[in-house]
Amino acid sequence: MTRIATATAVLLGLWSACPPVRLSAQSLRVPYQTFTLPNGLQVIVHEDHSVPVVAVNTWYHVGSSDEKPGRTGFAHLFEHIMFMGSQHVPTGEFDRLLEAAGGDNNGSTTEDRTNYYEDGPANALPLMLYLDADRMGFLLPEMTVEKVDLQRGVVQNERRQSYENRPYGLAEENILQRLYPANHPYHWPVIGSMADLQAATLEDVRQFFRTYYTPNNATLAIAGDITAQDARQLVQRYFGDIPRGPAMTRTPPPPVPVAGVVRAVLEDRVQLPRVYDAWHTVKAFSPDDATLDVLANVLAGGRSSRLYRRLVYELQIATDVVAFQDGSRIDGKFEVYATARPGHDLGELQRVIDEELGKLADQGPTPREVERAQNTVEAQFLSRMERVGGFGGKADQLNYYNYFVGTPDYFQKDLERYRRVTPAAVQRAVRAYLSPPHRVVLSVVPQGKPELAVKEGATP
Amino acid sequence: MRAAAALVALILIAFPACGLSAQVVDRSKPPQLPPPPALKLPAVQTTVLPNGLTLAVVEMHKVPVVDVQLLIDAGAARDPSVAPGLATFTATMLQQGAGARSALDVADEAAFLGAQLGTAAGFDGASASIHVPKRRLEAALDLLADVVLRPAFADSEIARQRELRAAQLVQQRDEPVSVANIAFPAIVYGREHPYGHPLNGTDSATARLARESVAEFYRTYYRPNGARILVVGDVTLAEARRLIAARFGGWERGDVPAFPSPAIAPPGAARTVYLIDKPGAAQSVVRIGHLGPVRTTPDWFALEVLNTILGGAFTSRLNQNLRETRGYTYGAFSQFVPRRLSGAFVALASVVTAKTDSSLIEFLKELRRIRDDPVAPAELAKAKAYLTLGLPGDFETTGGAAARFRELLSFGLPLDYYDRYLDRITAVTAADVQRVARQYIDPDRFDILVVGDKTQIESGIKALNEGPIVYRDVWGQEIR
Repeated sequence: MTRIATATAVLLGLWSACPPVRLSAQSLRVPYQTFTLPNGLQVIVHEDHSVPVVAVNTWYHVGSSDEKPGRTGFAHLFEHIMFMGSQHVPTGEFDRLLEAAGGDNNGSTTEDRTNYYEDGPANALPLMLYLDADRMGFLLPEMTVEKVDLQRGVVQNERRQSYENRPYGLAEENILQRLYPANHPYHWPVIGSMADLQAATLEDVRQFFRTYYTPNNATLAIAGDITAQDARQLVQRYFGDIPRGPAMTRTPPPPVPVAGVVRAVLEDRVQLPRVYDAWHTVKAFSPDDATLDVLANVLAGGRSSRLYRRLVYELQIATDVVAFQDGSRIDGKFEVYATARPGHDLGELQRVIDEELGKLADQGPTPREVERAQNTVEAQFLSRMERVGGFGGKADQLNYYNYFVGTPDYFQKDLERYRRVTPAAVQRAVRAYLSPPHRVVLSVVPQGKPELAVKEGATP
Repeated sequence: MRAAAALVALILIAFPACGLSAQVVDRSKPPQLPPPPALKLPAVQTTVLPNGLTLAVVEMHKVPVVDVQLLIDAGAARDPSVAPGLATFTATMLQQGAGARSALDVADEAAFLGAQLGTAAGFDGASASIHVPKRRLEAALDLLADVVLRPAFADSEIARQRELRAAQLVQQRDEPVSVANIAFPAIVYGREHPYGHPLNGTDSATARLARESVAEFYRTYYRPNGARILVVGDVTLAEARRLIAARFGGWERGDVPAFPSPAIAPPGAARTVYLIDKPGAAQSVVRIGHLGPVRTTPDWFALEVLNTILGGAFTSRLNQNLRETRGYTYGAFSQFVPRRLSGAFVALASVVTAKTDSSLIEFLKELRRIRDDPVAPAELAKAKAYLTLGLPGDFETTGGAAARFRELLSFGLPLDYYDRYLDRITAVTAADVQRVARQYIDPDRFDILVVGDKTQIESGIKALNEGPIVYRDVWGQEIR
């Protein structure tokens, strides 16, 4: 903890909120105040007076995992529709008013949540809250089929641009289909299928809004050069009379069966084949989640990592290699992928990946490898403290921690998870989760060349 | 209002008695905003070391991190004509062993320090940068100094990176956006211009990369005179000067050749459509433009306003038309590419294959309209407010501030540029916008590049009758 003592001193220096807050020393903290309106909207306020900007960040606790069969991609389509105007804000005015005030905005959707932000000069806070409140409270009166159709077209183009027209872009949905059973909410990708996007109706929009876009299913984080009492008054003014919605109930997800090795081949417009290994692991903030992050760093984080060194640097049989733990709210997975160089086949790559996993299972990583990963993580934590707005800024992180662990200022506790990881824990995690007989092995190969897929005998 | 009384009880962490006034919500119009905060940007201080290295320091003490960017006059515009890609390859090679460190040691040390180490080259210059927690700054600067001043360029590492690049060039051809980004400058500038070749070279040039050419390029251009080092973050000028002088003070001056001036006049052909076939593509990647002004033109402020109206923001005309009105694309934008020599103007989008011709119609309509009709007062005011009021946000992080000051240093712009920025943008009139639109956007000379499925889009494009169709390969070169 002494390593981040400097951070504390600096952060203390800029905390000058309405009520003075006593902070414990030696920690990475984002002081905040929180309150909940009678309609259930929870508000989190963080003052940072270093730059005259403000960030408003709204999380709706709904994502693609809440979608119905036949409507994959709907949560994300809905995110787009939220920008199409509301009762008092005609179509297009949301963006125009914000830009005219020097602000920017965006939204994003994951399996678990949908978030929206507005960033801009500190004086624009009333406008940001006015706009966000209008679409939370008054979206449906002005909703039309034309608006839905328009954003359906935009989202279908987003799917084309980011997935279909991008090499290897359809790998992820092919992995999810095989890693999670059909009745599991992570079985399909956030972007959804073209057919399901096409099927979405105006009535779907109404239903979804009434069910999920309620103040009691949202949290609002405000961070920047504002005072907590101003923020509170403005929130009360604009959101206070929005009615509470129905209570949310979610059924627990079905278990994910351990299914042995599942092999799949995807032909794509690529010249170089790529192999993906995917394992079912644990959800975010589970005891082993941070350990798996460190493991991913040891395997493929940078050019001194084990797989990069073997595959790209020494053997020169791959152009790249990537590994990551993807811990979401109700479940998690771990992936490794590598792309073959011309003249090399996926079997060679898979053998080396398995060799390296075997070595880690037998001997574990070195203490230095773990410390290196921890230092990288710590530096990332510090850099994320620089910005109040945008995706991953302080306002967004307060909402993230609040939803995932119930404590907005979880920064220090989160960092401590990584500091506690030991080489022995990484070794246990390799053995427990990355077992070669229990994974999805997806080969992405050039069109018409399925024979370039990883062969049966290449993996144990 | 009925909620006001109940609110207090529900507050989880009590607020002090800051007062709570009930007000009637008027949603019929957006709230009147208080005046925007005064523009107060971090100051830049400079000093020059005896060997000619300029040091610029921006103090930002909010978070204990430091961003260091060393800018070297060793960009790809200096690539010998027989060796396109040499500048970027040299920048890559800096990290492949330096001082007493092997290639793997360099990577290991950077990761161990939690430092993001980068070496890269664009056309106008090369850079070596490091972003690191303050308490690791000294060790990180040791690493940066090794990488910049003592690269090994071992034959074995040259061969390794050469082979990797050869494979990456294969991969690059599968990516339609990468193809467009390489082909478009090749078409606009022509292959003889310093900006006309691919940044990462060609297959044949890559095969020829060798230690001698890399070492010679390095010896010639990696010199402190003409280089600038920018330090942004939790440091003082005195501290930065001490740390930098100790490591870069002994860097030897050299006679760096003058930046190339384009001896060969770039082609100024009549409007032409260039088609690169990408069978089966779900979208067509579109680039429309031509040569543009140098970054240092006094017209740059008017050009920024113009581009914000046309294609620089979400509510800009191109995006409103092609995305928000017609749904042809996920986003349509435009840019004046800032360069030391002639820049470029480019309008761009990826559009659904079936609407490729319709998209070109809308692009050309907007690109003509911005010249023909003066912009409306509200549209002008919105663009100017977006640029000026949004400025403080760009200086919030060390990386953001570094990017802004780096632009000034790279183009030799005055370091007090942003002190006058607000006034200069505010002074731009609708007549200025129309004047620069007519001067710097010329639809009669557009190069229109489309990377897409020829069998599906060719006849539609032909029917537009907006110029001859010429077929090009993935490098933007004539098909032989």
